[in-house]
Amino acid sequence: MSWLTPELIAVIVQVLKAIVILLVVVVAGALLSFVERRLLGLWQDRYGPNRVGPFGLFQLAADMLKMFFKEDWTPPFVDKPIFTLAPVVAMSSLLIAFAVVPVTPTWGVADLNIGLLFFFAMAGLTVYAVLFAGWSSNNKFALLGSLRASAQTVSYEVFLGLSLMGIVAQVGSFNMRDIVEYQQQHLWFIIPQFLGFATFFIAGVAVTHRHPFDQPEAEQELADGYHIEYAGMKWGMFFVGEYIGIVLVSALLTTLFFGGWHGPFLETLPWLSFFWFALKTGFFIMVFILLRASIPRPRYDQVMAFSWKFCLPLTLINLLVTGALVLAAQ
Amino acid sequence: MTADRALYIPPYKADDQDIVVELNARFGAETFTLQPSLTGMPVLWVPRERLLDVLGFLRQVAKPYVMLYDLHGVDERLRTHRQGLPDADFSVFYHLMSLERNSDVMIKVALQESDLSLPTATSIWPNANWYEREVWDMYGIDFRGHPHLARMLMPPTWEGHPLRKDYPARATEFDPYALNAAKQDLEQEALRFKPEDWGMKRGSEHEDYMFLNLGPNHPSAHGAFRIILQLDGEEIVDCVPEIGYHHRGAEKMAERQSWHSFIPYTDRIDYLGGVMNNLPYVLAVEKLAGIKVPARVDFIRVMMAEFFRIQNHLLYLGTYIQDVGAMTPVFFTFTDRQRAYKVIEAITGFRMHPAWYRIGGVAHDLPRGWDRLVREFLDWMPKRLAEYEKAALKNSILRGRTIGVAAYNTREALEWGVTGAGLRATGLDFDLRKARPYSGYEHFEFEVPLAANGDAYDRCMVKMGEMRESLRIIEQCLKHMPEGPYKADHPLTTPPPKERTLQHIETMITHFLQVSWGPVMPANESLQMIEATKGINSYYLTSDGSTMSYRTRIRTPSFPHLQQIPSVIRGSMVADLIAYLGSIDFVMADVDR
Repeated sequence: MSWLTPELIAVIVQVLKAIVILLVVVVAGALLSFVERRLLGLWQDRYGPNRVGPFGLFQLAADMLKMFFKEDWTPPFVDKPIFTLAPVVAMSSLLIAFAVVPVTPTWGVADLNIGLLFFFAMAGLTVYAVLFAGWSSNNKFALLGSLRASAQTVSYEVFLGLSLMGIVAQVGSFNMRDIVEYQQQHLWFIIPQFLGFATFFIAGVAVTHRHPFDQPEAEQELADGYHIEYAGMKWGMFFVGEYIGIVLVSALLTTLFFGGWHGPFLETLPWLSFFWFALKTGFFIMVFILLRASIPRPRYDQVMAFSWKFCLPLTLINLLVTGALVLAAQ
Repeated sequence: MTADRALYIPPYKADDQDIVVELNARFGAETFTLQPSLTGMPVLWVPRERLLDVLGFLRQVAKPYVMLYDLHGVDERLRTHRQGLPDADFSVFYHLMSLERNSDVMIKVALQESDLSLPTATSIWPNANWYEREVWDMYGIDFRGHPHLARMLMPPTWEGHPLRKDYPARATEFDPYALNAAKQDLEQEALRFKPEDWGMKRGSEHEDYMFLNLGPNHPSAHGAFRIILQLDGEEIVDCVPEIGYHHRGAEKMAERQSWHSFIPYTDRIDYLGGVMNNLPYVLAVEKLAGIKVPARVDFIRVMMAEFFRIQNHLLYLGTYIQDVGAMTPVFFTFTDRQRAYKVIEAITGFRMHPAWYRIGGVAHDLPRGWDRLVREFLDWMPKRLAEYEKAALKNSILRGRTIGVAAYNTREALEWGVTGAGLRATGLDFDLRKARPYSGYEHFEFEVPLAANGDAYDRCMVKMGEMRESLRIIEQCLKHMPEGPYKADHPLTTPPPKERTLQHIETMITHFLQVSWGPVMPANESLQMIEATKGINSYYLTSDGSTMSYRTRIRTPSFPHLQQIPSVIRGSMVADLIAYLGSIDFVMADVDR
């Protein structure tokens, strides 16, 4: 067993951890479809899926069985390679971005020193899923949906990055672990970077195309928009991709503004770090779903006006003030 | 008349002879043939040559007839009781409404089968467009100068004109239907939208337009409704609404159902209106029969009609908010609808389509304990309405989506034949329950909710107000429900009161005949308008002295409301169209019948 050097064992352990995180994220994403329906049911005075298993917990299995056995129908008029690529991009881009999220002090996939930039890059890629789907579907509703998506992305990517620059300025690093540690030593960023939090939250909702920024699919207007031609597993990948986006943005909100895995009693019970992380992330996931349950959808020109005329100036002011304070402190 | 000038609506004047005097003075008495009727308005036959002059005069006269309320045809060929009327194979009638007089007039034109053509009235009232298309569709009457005289309710490939008397009414009278590949291709090709047919261009100098086919299967089309949009980006350059997917030929069915057995069909015209639909029909039949119903019947009918107004508006409210993108309120309004159905079910024994009104009364007396159920509902509803207003309608996103969207003023509303909340949202105080009380509405105290801007938001707010007023009316019914019989004591009441049938041979015979053949209504014409859930709904009945109606014209509010869409929505965005469609409150059965 001489080849089993300690370095190699470390690598294998890391790979195993990465696989576990990957599986947990995907399963959490898929399970969210059940959680969302139950929560919506709760807020809408109805039951939601409660038939399959205790409290309907096995609904996910039933849904997946159904989806796996559905015909993977590709309409004859679509641009086939791009049509197939789109759901892959939808599911993978935000899933890959999860690599930079530090879950606990010891768990996490990649400890990149450009952590935040990597997330921006991946978030920028997500729009290609919608664009590809809308373009290749050869359907007018899908096209309108992807048009809206690109307009929306152009507006929201701009301040998605800027909204976090205050944090970067304060910490002096893009590394997510540095950011978490900095919060532990000082204050959770929700207080000094409240404007950053508010704008990042809005941009995060927009990145995942969740209500009220679901212009690209806007059921009432575009009848599901960009993924109107998709069925079976391809559609399922869009679906899960959306939930993975929610998990990711919630995890980022936790990491960047709410101290990541930190919480009380960590000294005595170190395993609580995952619990705190999951609790905080779960809270933001709930907020996402509550948003969907509670508010109407603005028109897409109103969404863009809100972005350019309100959010962008706000992030710029936030960045200027933070920068000035950081300079003054030195 | 302009929108900024408040319009005074005088008390209703039935059979207003003033206009007859004015017309005789202008055109000479020999021009007109006056037809006596029970329609509540002068009915004047005009020679075809003078038609446009007469219509133009009525549109321009002092206190003008601003609204073309209805336009349709009658196949006169089999009609026996038409003494004193001009000789005709077909006739076309123009039902005109003047708000400043608060009275109507009906102009009729006689046509011979050999020469079925008329000049179009689209230059006088723009909403004549769809009505004339429908008349062409149903009777094959040509309107010279019509911009696009194509099939309206029937498919473009249809042969024959269904409302003609020689057109079979039953599927069994046709050869079995067959569809082969060639025919299928033909039918599908006929459905293809060709912009040139509608005078539309496929592109301008700098851009090509996109034609987007919205419906008939679209989540926000509210039924089988198709609207083809000419888009420049997301901006709507023009659009063409297409109807007819829900056409079931209710007017044709009326000609082979007895007066009594047609009642259930009326429920399904505005399928959210329930017994509200029975009301204009039974009132019109009672006019023919000369039945005066007891006060208790009026009160019961008003109460149930107002229940269905609330039912309709609750569904409207939920789907309207959903169309603007909020998914939750619709579940709450459906919970409220369930509460109301509890009462409706207890009283009528049915939910959506109780078919519960009868000629001369209602089907049953109110059950014991009805007052407690109604009271529970009255206690439940107001706080829910307040919640909807606070949580959904005052939401800034919803307001941003609907205020100023799809707005039109009173003048535009009237020239397109808009009635109901869509008209009152423009500031015009015209509610038939106040302006022309029927079925005892004059006994009730209520306000007519109004708004000023005529946009999508105002239409919804007017409907919210109407629900509160309906609750007030129901409360008054609850407090002051008169005692007495629930059916009129009249030989034509159907089914007749049964109590005396075993003692009294005349009652026994009438009862037997009415149950087996159905009642025979005296030959005449009658018409009753009501303020239905979506606007003014009316039944114009022609009896030829038989057990069945000779012609039943059902004028529904949703038909003109949809016709108005292009004129309102040009220049707006797709999302605005959805908010607009949600704010109109229409169901396709109410359009296509």
